[in-house]
Amino acid sequence: MSLLLERLWASLLDTLLMVGVSSLIALLAGIPLAVFLVTSGRGGIFEAPLANQVLGSIVNLFRSIPFLILMVALIPFTRLLVGTSYGVWAAVVPLTIAATPFFARIAEVSLREVDHGLIEAAQAMGCQRRHIVRHVLLPEALPGIVGGFTITLVTMINASAMAGAIGAGGLGDLAYRYGYQRFDSQVMLTVIVALVALVTLVQFGGDRLAQKLDRR
Amino acid sequence: MNSRAAQYKQADDLPDFSLLSASSTPQPVAVQEPADIHLRFEGVSKTYLTAQGPVPALQSIDLEIRRGEIFGIIGRSGAGKSSLLRTINRLEQPSSGRILIDGTDIAKLDENRLVALRRRIGMIFQHFNLMSAKTVRDNVELPLRVAGVPREARRRKVDELLALVGLDGKHDVYPAQLSGGQKQRVGIARALVHNPEILLCDEATSALDPETTQAILALLREINRSLGLTIVLITHEMAVIREICQRVVVLEKGQAVEQGAVWQVFGEPHHATTRSLLAPLRYDLPADLQARLRQQPEQPEDTLLLDLLFTGIHEPDLAALGNVLGGRIGLLGGNVERIQGRAVGHLLLTVAGSSLTANELANQARHLADRVEVLGYVAAA
Repeated sequence: MSLLLERLWASLLDTLLMVGVSSLIALLAGIPLAVFLVTSGRGGIFEAPLANQVLGSIVNLFRSIPFLILMVALIPFTRLLVGTSYGVWAAVVPLTIAATPFFARIAEVSLREVDHGLIEAAQAMGCQRRHIVRHVLLPEALPGIVGGFTITLVTMINASAMAGAIGAGGLGDLAYRYGYQRFDSQVMLTVIVALVALVTLVQFGGDRLAQKLDRR
Repeated sequence: MNSRAAQYKQADDLPDFSLLSASSTPQPVAVQEPADIHLRFEGVSKTYLTAQGPVPALQSIDLEIRRGEIFGIIGRSGAGKSSLLRTINRLEQPSSGRILIDGTDIAKLDENRLVALRRRIGMIFQHFNLMSAKTVRDNVELPLRVAGVPREARRRKVDELLALVGLDGKHDVYPAQLSGGQKQRVGIARALVHNPEILLCDEATSALDPETTQAILALLREINRSLGLTIVLITHEMAVIREICQRVVVLEKGQAVEQGAVWQVFGEPHHATTRSLLAPLRYDLPADLQARLRQQPEQPEDTLLLDLLFTGIHEPDLAALGNVLGGRIGLLGGNVERIQGRAVGHLLLTVAGSSLTANELANQARHLADRVEVLGYVAAA
């Protein structure tokens, strides 16, 4: 029993590490990407329709590849980047590459919903374009972005379990090796309980934060 | 304050009925001295390119707006009011023509100069456009913050403005907790934060109830007087124009179809659009009387109906009217109001038992009203 707990704890930490690092990078890269996708469209404040289309297509490309296939297809790139195709850090690469466009698209929706009247008011008061992004678009879309990041985290917990299946470690790996390959239903059940608890916790925290930030 | 603004101030300060006695002459609003032009539109056109082809929004608009006045732009929705207003701070780029502010053409400014220009022009909106994620203080402070004004100076300015608009103590409240009127007050404070010389009002009272509308209009009038800034407002309600504007332009399908002093446009509207916009404010002959109206009297005791129009030149002197018309005169209805110190409107009078003919009576009345129309006769009940 204590061995199971030990393994469970180590796997949980692996999962948290994979999800945490990939989601953090997705957050940092996804927000600028989303801002660009929103503001570079026709009539946007940084209008650049060509760049908008190119970037939009790239995002769509990565969004359309199933994670399992993306992971395998990226192995050479992963090896180049982290020196190995195995383990937690190797999983971080495809997870990040899947999470960034996913989160960018969700954040884009929130940014797009910011009332155009607010942008007009900001222009009328003498805001430059960067001010509009910093003082209008981002703060007004923040509750939606927090909600979107919560969804991203939950999706990445899912994906990281998939990564576990090809030897990345984490809760998915534990469940696959012990629960599936050794028919150990106790391990399987424990991992499911841990995953449910983790997802519930993330969702609850995200909802609370989004609610607190929403002043509308 | 320059003499032009001082003149308006004086005219506005007079109690509404102080000019009722026939002997006093109305304050002239027409300019004698050359007017101090703040904003000038020269052949301003705007065409939108849509999938269905070019759509003209503004067609060769020529306008002059004087320093310190409240200037109204009225028209139906889609007439081009919004586009015209937005060319002033270049939220809308005109397709051709020139817009001069103090003689400087603003159509060619680069981004830095445009930002500087916009800080000289405040703007308020129909739906307030306040940042929901920011407190009242942060909303009002934002224009100063992006301009790099130090924190202490910002605080002082915000305190001063919130007091001016009557929102003392609401600094840390979020817009969602405010009423519509309070939100517009925040909008006004935010628009004034750079001490602008021009204030643009985009249907600023259209989302407010009548009582709040009056309060916001009073605040705008007060700001216009105390700060001496030029206000340009757009509205689809003639009542708003009557309430605070000195001069007005009527837009229809992107063209300026009528413009002038408010009392003139109200007193004698020339264009069909102006007339239909004014219709809700006008008393008309009730439909049942209209149906019973005849051109000739059937019996000698039939009642004559006269329509007396006042366009701001004659005062409605009821005693004198009674004298010249003889017989039994009565007031059927009408509306005469004082706009900029002038009597504007019309009166429907009934005359019965007079020995004069309809034309003779009308000619008598013409000495006492700006225009007289014989409507016809109604049979005595």
